[in-house]
Amino acid sequence: MPKANKPSLRGVFLNGVFNENPTFRLVLGVCPTLASTTAALNGVGMGLAATFVLVGSNVVISLLRKFIPDKVRIPAFVVVICTFVTIVQMLMQAFLPPLYDALGIFIPLIVVNCIILARAEAFACKNGVLASGMDGLGMGLGFTLALTLIGSVRELIGSGSLFGMNLLGAAYEPMLLLVLAPGAFITFGLILGGINAITARSQKKKAAKGGASA
Amino acid sequence: MTMSVSGVLLFMVSCVLVNNYIFSRFLGCCPFLGVSSKVETATGMGMAVMFVMGLASLFTWLVYHYVLVPLQLTYLDTIAFILVIAALVQFVEMFMKKSMKALYNALGIYLPLITTNCAVLGAAILNITESYSLIEAVLNGVFSAAGFLLAITLMAGVRERLESSNIPESMKGFPISLVTAGLLSIAFMGFAGLVK
Repeated sequence: MPKANKPSLRGVFLNGVFNENPTFRLVLGVCPTLASTTAALNGVGMGLAATFVLVGSNVVISLLRKFIPDKVRIPAFVVVICTFVTIVQMLMQAFLPPLYDALGIFIPLIVVNCIILARAEAFACKNGVLASGMDGLGMGLGFTLALTLIGSVRELIGSGSLFGMNLLGAAYEPMLLLVLAPGAFITFGLILGGINAITARSQKKKAAKGGASA
Repeated sequence: MTMSVSGVLLFMVSCVLVNNYIFSRFLGCCPFLGVSSKVETATGMGMAVMFVMGLASLFTWLVYHYVLVPLQLTYLDTIAFILVIAALVQFVEMFMKKSMKALYNALGIYLPLITTNCAVLGAAILNITESYSLIEAVLNGVFSAAGFLLAITLMAGVRERLESSNIPESMKGFPISLVTAGLLSIAFMGFAGLVK
């Protein structure tokens, strides 16, 4: 069994990071994506917090999947998720107060982040503990990657820096709009469009190649 | 704090236009993008959110101040609020089905979606962090939801027009909706400073 399991675990992980990236492919969890990407570091923080919750809740829900009656599964999942969110909230408040202040209300709101409930419903309640943990890790890192990308773009153009380091020098006039609310929508929209275009092109190439070789 | 009529009006302008949940606080973006392809469904969703958010503000405020604070369990606020909201939505749905058939037919399908609408939980948490009184909390819930209704209806109107326009293939769907929301958000920035 372990032989057959190994590649699938890797597949589950990569699936979350790339093929089914929660932000760019499934477009779930839009609110935290928009709100916490004013700077690259905030994006990383939000992403890692969500990853922790995802892995924890996926593992616990997978452990409990045979005990939770089908009818009350959603409230049960929410309670599990909520427990992990409260843990993250307390840890962050104690050890990372600047990040806690920057993310503000969006830390407790991880509870209603649709990615987490979606993975619990679609994956963790049907699969083993190890696979569920891996799925949580993959999805979480995919989410983190996406938030970091959007956060970097907004920070670089909107305030001329990256992870707090000034890169573009004093001569650069920051485009403040990108750090403000409209910038979040527009940056996310354009990046999403760009990724769609790249995927479509590579798929076309693959199809052409496949057609030629066949 | 007592509120005069003008105070209430100012509060309304602040919630609906200046601090719009979608365009300046990013709360409730999932239904905003998901249920905004037709004006009719968008208004239905907006109305349902308004109804639930008013009630949720009332009940979460009561639970916080009369259950969690006396028992010194305030660190459990997130878990308590989400359970209150989930239970409330369930009760509203059952009650509507039984005794308000017309309203249920109009709003019923949106109700289950509201439990995971972060605007509702967001309003409940903001009511506590801003230390609103009970009346302010309920008004905040209702007016903020009115802002959500305005935003989602505007968005649906724009998206209906987008349907027949020529958009690059890769921008169709979510990307163009997000850019549209960004432009609407710029328009709403014009209200900044209207109310402190």
